[in-house]
Formats: sequence, structure tokens, C-alpha cells
Amino acid sequence: MALLKVEGLGKSYTADKKILKNISFEIKAGELVSIIGPSGAGKSTLLRCINRMVEFNEGKIIFNNQEVGNLNKKELRHLRANIGMVFQHYNLVPRLTVIENVLHGRFGYKTTMQGLLGRYTEKEKAAAFHLLEKMGIHEHAYKRCDQLSGGQQQRVGICRALIQEPKLILCDEPIASLDPNSSKIIMDLLKSISTEMGITCLVNLHQVDVAQYYSDRIIGLNKGEIVFNGNSTELHEDNINRIYGTKTEDLITS
Amino acid sequence: MEATYIKTKKDGRIVIKSGNKGDRVLKGTIVVLSILTVISFFFFNYAGLELGSAIRETAYNLKVMFLQPALSTISLSEAIYQVGVTLSLAFLATVIGAVIAFFLSLMAATNLSPVWLTRIVRVFVAFIRAVPTVLWVLIFAIAAGLGSEAAVLGMLFHSIAYLVKAFSEAFEEIDKGIIEALQSTGAGWWHIVKSGVLPSTFTYLLSWIFLRFEINFGVAVAMGAAAGAGGIGFDLFMASSFYFDMREVGFITYAILIVAFLLEVISTRMKKRYFPASSN
Amino acid sequence: MNEKTMRKSRWQTVIFLLIIITLTYLSSIITSFSFADGLATIPEALGWMTSNLMVTGESLDKLPNILEKLAETTFMSIAATTIAAVVSLFLGVLGSKTTKVNNFLSVFARFIASVSRNIPVVAWSLVLLISFGQNSVTGFLALFVGTVGFLTRAFIESIDEASQSSVEALTATGATYFQIVGKAVIPQCLPQMISWVLFMVETNIRNATLVGILTGTGIGYTFDMYYKMLDYNAVALVTLTIVITVIMVDLISNYVRKVIL
Repeated sequence: MALLKVEGLGKSYTADKKILKNISFEIKAGELVSIIGPSGAGKSTLLRCINRMVEFNEGKIIFNNQEVGNLNKKELRHLRANIGMVFQHYNLVPRLTVIENVLHGRFGYKTTMQGLLGRYTEKEKAAAFHLLEKMGIHEHAYKRCDQLSGGQQQRVGICRALIQEPKLILCDEPIASLDPNSSKIIMDLLKSISTEMGITCLVNLHQVDVAQYYSDRIIGLNKGEIVFNGNSTELHEDNINRIYGTKTEDLITS
Repeated sequence: MEATYIKTKKDGRIVIKSGNKGDRVLKGTIVVLSILTVISFFFFNYAGLELGSAIRETAYNLKVMFLQPALSTISLSEAIYQVGVTLSLAFLATVIGAVIAFFLSLMAATNLSPVWLTRIVRVFVAFIRAVPTVLWVLIFAIAAGLGSEAAVLGMLFHSIAYLVKAFSEAFEEIDKGIIEALQSTGAGWWHIVKSGVLPSTFTYLLSWIFLRFEINFGVAVAMGAAAGAGGIGFDLFMASSFYFDMREVGFITYAILIVAFLLEVISTRMKKRYFPASSN
Repeated sequence: MNEKTMRKSRWQTVIFLLIIITLTYLSSIITSFSFADGLATIPEALGWMTSNLMVTGESLDKLPNILEKLAETTFMSIAATTIAAVVSLFLGVLGSKTTKVNNFLSVFARFIASVSRNIPVVAWSLVLLISFGQNSVTGFLALFVGTVGFLTRAFIESIDEASQSSVEALTATGATYFQIVGKAVIPQCLPQMISWVLFMVETNIRNATLVGILTGTGIGYTFDMYYKMLDYNAVALVTLTIVITVIMVDLISNYVRKVIL
């Protein structure tokens, strides 16, 4: 049974230009799937359709046996609470502490008042610290998160997603703003999240070699269409050329 | 899970706030302002206040002002002329102020002048700023007599203080390299100002000057009303406090509003055009 | 090419200067402002100030009365600013692109801000004076309206500048609108907003003097009274107390700003 099923998805902002065209794929629970493709291929939009940060025009998305497109406001909130999201620029609230930022991940489960007053249970706080410890950044818990390095901030972002206890985590270019060292730490963490915690990860990437190394499966996107969908071992040079429309060597060295 | 890095309160609950100085001062400021606000209502003088009827009357007056504006004691051409007078007062104060402020701000910028000089200029400017414009106008009026000279001079003082602050900050942000490069060619101080400082800050200064012009228009209206300095402000004062003619007050308010809107639109445009990226 | 653009920009400068000079000349004709008289006035006025605007022992007797009025004015300014800040916070959240509820309310908030800002404080005080009479409430309301206009614009800009990104992140966690505003937007903008509020407190103390002259309240009225009585020693004392108050507020806000920003 697939956790996420996308059928004939289409999205356009203006009538004449389609960002996504007839996208269909399935993802099983516990998989780590990468979406690769040149910038402007629609990777970000595709990811944001899944938790309806972007409203799509055509097709169906079924997550956990629920049709995403039909949800009302309350159900949508519940859906988003079940899907974590990690961003390229971490998207933390800069002046707040690391631990506060992690706990923001609980808002989906709280009433408006509980959230506004910052009423977190001791269990939630302990869980947040536990996650920070797992990510190796617990000693920074009381620092303002804008004092942390990029890699550390991204780990806070991952903690925020994990404390949601999500079934799926969407990662939008999680390592695009990081140095190689931090990138490796983040990708290792994502890998262990999917294998050890059994949480499905859908990751937008632009580094082909990283995608090949870490993911169970790769989806190649070009100009809003899926041009490749298969195991990472099946991704060969001709496929890559089809995805990027360029020679592989230029990409890997860059 | 009893780790040492977790801070807890006395009752064992986990703390999530950082509790640093910035947060404390921020909270303290908000608390102090709130307390002072509550206290202030006890300090108010409520002489002759009948809140209910006052609100009703004001609502009625506002309705008359905005829905039935008309001129009665002055003619339309007179009104336009008086708006022109107010604009002119504001313009004169701004232009003269900008010229003087330019020289003073060179003396106030730490990268262009010795520290002792910048200190003197800054204290001087802070003092001028602290005196309300209307007091400057009234004080000058004693010496010069009530008229455009007193109004312009009074407004001039504040414009200078405002612009010196803005200008000197702009000068201090100039890339050190530009000044050093010119110094290394043996350029004199004036030469550095003319070919290094001025070109790299000119549009920025211009936009501040225009912003001050916008402010000065409002100030000029106020000076007309409060200090009898002439212009449309004086007519506004007469219409409301002397003739109690709300329709005329309405008309004049509209006239002021339109000019103020136009100035705001122009300054926003200028801002967008000259520094699209530096809005923060 | 280079020389051409340089010549062009030189011409532009010349034309620009000519326009400014013409406008200055026209302005001086319209207002019958004479540069010579204006210039002559400055030393004259300064001389007069140094010889007449002196705080004497006699005027010090009036100090308690002056301080009382000054306190009234200061408190009035703080109250008007703080309450205006609360209203502006709501209008700012409604008006900002990042946090608007819908386009209509956003335009509405911006419109309110623009109107209340652009109608000069003088007009508000004069209109309010007619019905509210000579008391602090008139001054308070006049300052309040102008401050709402100014602060709403400033708050909208601060919220717009605050990163859209954390709003996106909290939306993705399933947070509600108020949670997002309260926990992502406000914490980011609060220092900037407090800085604006402090700026307005200082500005309003100065504006309160003007409003006081018009509405016959507070320190403005005291100044006007001594001014008309030609009691220039008392005028000097009033001015001095205002200056000290404003500078003190300025110093405090500078300190707060340095710590929180």
C-alpha cells in the first residue's frame, strides 16, 4: 500500500504556461525518494502541492488514504501536522531559541490559544531535547537560532519536522545552501530517519551524485514532466542527459 | 532523561526561553510603557469633558467636514495661493536646511572629521532637535517679528538637525576604500568630499531631503495654525477656532491631504527608483 | 561614450540646480521671504536669546507648576503612543503582504493609516477641540490619530521585511493563522516595532507642545501663556525642561535600541 499516490497532477499559474504536467508516481512507506532536475523544472512546486502550500489545478494526490485536494480547513491542518517540511533556507524564526523553534512543530496539534501562550507539555519539551541530542546540537538549545551555522540550523529544521511525528517529510533542497561537510551530515541524518525511524522522505536535490548515493529511488523532472522514475542504480548517463539536457560531467564536477 | 543541559524551573518544568539581556530589556520596555500608560490616565486633566456628547459632536463635525466641504470665508484662488505659501515655506526651509546640513554633517561624520568636532556638532544638533519646532518659530518671532522669516528660520533649525543626523550616517557608511584611494593620490579634504563622498551618496541625500520636505509641509501647516506664520494652516485655524465653519475646515483639510498624498507618492517613487534594494 | 555620459550628467546637474534655484526664488517671492533679513535675524535672535532667555531665580518659583504640566504632557504622549501602537499592531498585521487576511482588509488598513497620517495633527486637534474642550483628552486623541497612521506604516514595513520563510514553515506544520502571527511574525518584528514606538514617544512629546498651544493644555499652554505675558525667563525655563525631557527620553530609547536590536 502506497503512503503517497500522485495521479495526473497538473499546475499552472497562468493559462498558457504549465509548471507541472500530468505527474504520476507512488511512494511506499519508509522510502527515501529524491526528485532531481534542473532549476525551474517544477521540483519545489511539486513538493508544495503535496501539503497544499500550493493549490494544484488538475489530478489527485492521495496521502495516507486521504484525498489531499478535497480536505477542508481543519482536515488540511491535520494533514500538514502529519507531513514535516524542511527548507533550503531552514526557515526558522531568527530571534527565538533553538528549542522554541523545534517546539513550533507541535502547533498543528494545538489549539490557537495553547500555541499562542506557548503551552507545551513536559513530554513535548523532553521530546524536543531528545531530538536535539540525537542531532548533536543539544548544547545550543538555549541559543538564538540565528547564531548557529547553516548546518546546525538545518538540523534544527529537521528536529522541527520530526517533532510533528510525521509520516512523511518533504525536503526542499535541504543542502543547497550548505558546505559539503554539513551536506553530508544532513543527508546521513535524512537517510537514518527513513531507515531507522521508518519515516518516508521526499527530497528535492540538484546534485545527481548525492541523489544516487542516498536515495532508494529517483524521480527525474524536466520542464514539469517526469522523465525518469526508477531505482538509483538504474539512473545512467543517458537518463541524466534527458533530465538535464546536458552532459553529465559538467554537472558532477560543478 | 536527566541531562545537565536542560534548564528547569523550581517546579521541575523545562524552560524554553533564552532569558538573555535583549529579551529582558524588551519585555521590561513593554511593561514600563504599559504601566506608564495606565498611570497617565490619572494624570489627565478632564476639565469640561463630556465624553458622550463630545464623541457624537465630533462624529457629526467629521461628517460635515468630509462630506460637505466648501469654502466660504476665502475664495478658491486664495486657498490655492495659501497652499502655495505653505509649500514655499516648507521648500525654503528644506533647501536652506539641506545646504547648511550638508556642511555640518561633514563635520559630524566620524570618518571625515576629528572626533572632537563630531562630538560638538552632535551635541549641538541633539539640543536643536529637542526643542519643538513651534518653540523655535515663536522664539524667532520675538526677534524677527511674526512673518515668513521667523517661520522659515524656526523650521530651518529642525530641518538641519534632522538632515545632519541622516546625512552623517550616510557618509559614515561610505566604503572606506573610496576615501583611502583618494587619500593615497594625495587628494585634499575638499577633493575627497567632491569626488568621493558626494557622488556615492548623492541620490541617498536627495531622498532624505525630499522626505524632509514632506515633513516640512506638515510642519508649515502647523506653524501657520499655532504660530500665525501664514499659509493654509492659518486659514485652517481661523476656520475652525474663529468661524467654527466645519465645511471650510473640511475643504482645507482635503486640500492639505491631496498635497500630502502627492508628496508621499513622489517620495515613494523616488525611493523605489534610487534604491530599490536598500529598503531595509 | 564615457565623455558623452559625463557631459550629459553634468548637464542634468546644471538643470537640476537651475530648477532648485528658480523654485527657491519663487518661494521667497510668494512668502515675501528676504534672505538678507533672514540672515540678519539669526545673530539678532541669538543675541536676544542669550540676553533674555535666561533662567532666573524668580522664574524657578514657577518650576513646580511647569513640571506638573510637563508631566501631564509626557504621560499624555506615552499613553497616546502606546495605545496607538496596540491599534497599529492589528492594522499592521492586516495591512502587511505577509500576514494579510484578505486584500480588502489590507487595502482598508493601509487607507486608514494613510488618511490619519496625512491629515496634519493640527487639523485633528482643532476639530477635536471644538467638542472635547480644553483638556488632555483632546490632545491625547489628536496625538493618537496621527501616531496610528505613522506606526501602522512603520509596522507594515517591519512585517513585510520579516522573513516570509518562517511564515511558510509554520504554515507547513499546520499552525493556525494566529499562531503564525503570534509566534513567527511578532517575535521577529517586535524589537523593530518597539524601536519605532520609542521614536514616536519622543516625537510626540515635541508634538504635544504644539498640540498644547492649539488646545490650551499641558506644557504647550504653559509656554504660550508665559510667551504672551512676555515672561521670557519662564519661557526659557519651560523650553529647558522640555529639552531635558526629550533628551532623556532619547538617551533611554537609544540604550534600549542598542540592547534589543
